[in-house]
Amino acid sequence: MNILKFITAGSVDDGKSTLIGRLLYDTNSILDDQLEAITKANRKNNDGTVDLAILTDGLKAEREQGITIDVAYKYFQTEKRKFIIADAPGHIQYTRNMVTGASNSELIIILIDARKGVIEQTKRHSFLAKLLSLKKVLVCVNKMDMVGFDPFVYEKIKADYLALAERLGLKNIDFIPVSALKGDNIVHHSERTPWYTGSSLLDYLETVNIENNKLQPWRLPVQWVVRPQTEDLHDYRGYAGRVLGDGLKTGEEVVVLPSGVRSKIESIELAEQQLDHAPNGQSIIVHLTDDIDISRGDILVSANQPALSERNFEANICWFDNKSLDTNQVYLLQNHSTLTKVKITEILYKFDVNTQAKQYDEDIRLNDIGKVGIKAADEVVFDLHQDFPENSQAILIDPRTNLTVGAVMIENVA
Amino acid sequence: MLHNKEEIIDYKQKMDYLDHLEAEAIYILREVAGQFENPALLFSGGKDSITLVHLAKKAFRPGKFPFPLVHIDTGHNFPETIEFRDWLVEQLGEKLIVGLVQESIDQGKAVEQKGKSASRNALQTVTLLDTIEKYGFDACIGGARRDEEKARAKERIFSVRDEFGQWDPKRQRPELWNILNGKIHKGENVRVFPISNWTELDVWNYIKRENIALPSIYFSHERDVVLRNGQWMATAPFLHIDGEDIVEHKSVRFRTVGDMTCTAAVDSVATELDDIIAEIKASTVSERGARMDDKVSEAAMEERKKQGYF
Repeated sequence: MNILKFITAGSVDDGKSTLIGRLLYDTNSILDDQLEAITKANRKNNDGTVDLAILTDGLKAEREQGITIDVAYKYFQTEKRKFIIADAPGHIQYTRNMVTGASNSELIIILIDARKGVIEQTKRHSFLAKLLSLKKVLVCVNKMDMVGFDPFVYEKIKADYLALAERLGLKNIDFIPVSALKGDNIVHHSERTPWYTGSSLLDYLETVNIENNKLQPWRLPVQWVVRPQTEDLHDYRGYAGRVLGDGLKTGEEVVVLPSGVRSKIESIELAEQQLDHAPNGQSIIVHLTDDIDISRGDILVSANQPALSERNFEANICWFDNKSLDTNQVYLLQNHSTLTKVKITEILYKFDVNTQAKQYDEDIRLNDIGKVGIKAADEVVFDLHQDFPENSQAILIDPRTNLTVGAVMIENVA
Repeated sequence: MLHNKEEIIDYKQKMDYLDHLEAEAIYILREVAGQFENPALLFSGGKDSITLVHLAKKAFRPGKFPFPLVHIDTGHNFPETIEFRDWLVEQLGEKLIVGLVQESIDQGKAVEQKGKSASRNALQTVTLLDTIEKYGFDACIGGARRDEEKARAKERIFSVRDEFGQWDPKRQRPELWNILNGKIHKGENVRVFPISNWTELDVWNYIKRENIALPSIYFSHERDVVLRNGQWMATAPFLHIDGEDIVEHKSVRFRTVGDMTCTAAVDSVATELDDIIAEIKASTVSERGARMDDKVSEAAMEERKKQGYF
């Protein structure tokens, strides 16, 4: 059994909360005391209906206003998979929350109201899916009951969406016609859509394969050096980190970046057990054949396919702070376990998130997405976003407030 | 490329879900070690913090932990928990710091509640904040999970608290990818939750897989209990029992272990981990359903967290 992380994009009007509520409810993930708490809260609001949205709206302010402000993570499990849902608000003023939720997801569910078809919001969410390189897009055409389960409505939306996807360069897209409210094609295939031969939503989520076949070269950012310095382990020196990419093996040639020193992997350890190789995502300790000076912030990479180590590069950036991006200020760039002082040297352009048009603007403000030039005080180790998204990502920190002010995806070397 | 096709399949295999959760938690613990000068692991003697200790072993052995264990002792703990805590610390050979709620009461910083449902649960916050200040901890690792409670579902893995220990849910930093921003100003500290993405069932499955020892009260045993607000509470010298209460002798276990005054027992004959896992799978009530402290109001947890609770 493995984990699938997905984000649901859409607003309350599209039935997003109903869809999540339905998945949780139909997989028996809502327990009696939680349902009781929901019912109680609704009675307090004098509402009458049991609203499943309250399950995800965890903060008092959200319940009072009846909206989702922040990202909430929800969990459910079937016999086949464990699921982590990032539930993020869909409105434009919460773009940063959606970017945050999407950054922690592999798949995105885009909800389209069958009565409305592809709208501005659909375009914005799809653009974000492309920007963050989500591995898979699932379009749920919802409220099919409101259009009489008409296959032509569904096909028309599908064609419109595929045209949008082509314009964006978005790939790996699947479609399911559903009614979250009535439960059609959610857990079981619906008799009311005989013309649809694909899986139900739950079947799809349980079985979808989100891995591509491209092997990514491995990288190991060093988080911590394990040195017991006891009598019997006097010379023990292990580099602890979490593997990025595929297939770190013993005996492989290593380059330490940014220094460029070469060595070989002598052994790999997990919880004091020896491993031959470590898969993507595993937290391990490695030992090298040579005694070299390595500390937190260094990154070990495959000598066959090393990463880039550069001071000047260009990146897409999503801005999170109320204070606009300042090209005169020093920020801290954090990628993995490394902090580097940087300056944004220029704003190349800004995206209109609804039309995806590029336009020049001298200001990048809260929720804006644009492309910028970055100059770092020291070499930064990364891969380009198009080659290896997981090693192109970073955050920007304002050293005066310590807040996370931007999400960075490095696109090219300047 | 050096790899042949069989190896490609091997490398592309997604990790098992428990391996994935474990690797993520180890990563978070190592980020704490790397980013903070004086961290601590908050140890309650419950299954979640016992799991954290096990994960810390995987993150740092054969080296020492880069942090002490800190226990905020209400003085109303189950004796079995304290016994277990001392045994575990001895086994580990790591440092334990105990903050006593009784001391905060004696110093007049905390005021004991009165009446039948009096509990020292809320007083823990005072002692916790004092202990953080006394030792100058800049990061406190805790075993909270997002599936426990809806306010917790919104909390970050690195959750920044101001110098008064307060959580401000509206000013949380966005957390992108697996990058954790631990930058703080002097006086602030960070609460860190490495098992945020685990569910109750995940914890139990992991305990079983890793063969992790637990205090005996998690398993079915016989003891005297009284019925309070529809929940079975263990009798104890400091639990207010009067003529209205009927003491019964029952076979029970504890699904969650906190202070004796706020943790209810559940009817159970589960004596093995497999029985417990089966019981949880079949349960229609959540784990925190047995926590009196969450039942006060709908936003009980959010309010406590804002005050500095973990």
